[in-house]
Amino acid sequence: MIDIALVIAFTLVGLAVAFTLYRLLRGPSAPDRILALDTLYVNTIALLVLLGIHLGSNIYFEAALLIALMGFVGTVALCKFLLRGDIIE
Amino acid sequence: MLEYLLAFLIVAGGVFTFIGSLGLARLRDFYTRLHGPTKATTLGVGCILIASAAYFSRLQGEPSLHEVLVTLFLFITAPVSAHLLAKAALHLELPSLTPRPGERDAPQE
Repeated sequence: MIDIALVIAFTLVGLAVAFTLYRLLRGPSAPDRILALDTLYVNTIALLVLLGIHLGSNIYFEAALLIALMGFVGTVALCKFLLRGDIIE
Repeated sequence: MLEYLLAFLIVAGGVFTFIGSLGLARLRDFYTRLHGPTKATTLGVGCILIASAAYFSRLQGEPSLHEVLVTLFLFITAPVSAHLLAKAALHLELPSLTPRPGERDAPQE
């Protein structure tokens, strides 16, 4: 039962990553691309957690937590750069 | 019973993540695009993380709290990054489907 659900969820999240990549490459403006990168790391967290359930391994949460931390810092730094023209003033 | 609940949560999380990214790809201006992923993706990842916490709690026989940490962090940071992105977009004066605040043609009342 869980195996079938996992396959469905893997497919859906994989399609979501494809849509996000489309917006990342296409996106007409810089905030669009930053938003796409933000969504991309959240989707990656979902993929990693699903992989952890699939393999029955606990190790992937540390990786997911690290991606969450670094992704947030990256988004804030990029937005700050767009807003002020500088990251650390 | 728990297995059906877990399967439902996993599929629901996948569907929400998919809808969020679909909104990101399909909607027409930046401000509406911001709406899709910031809500639906955190809800989707929330569902998947809850399913994972329940699964590993059952597997190990003791509560597994790593996922709660990730969920908490995502729920705190998602509004902050959405706010910063909206601020950056308003600063760059990106085109919008409706007039932005402060540039209305007709006076209000």
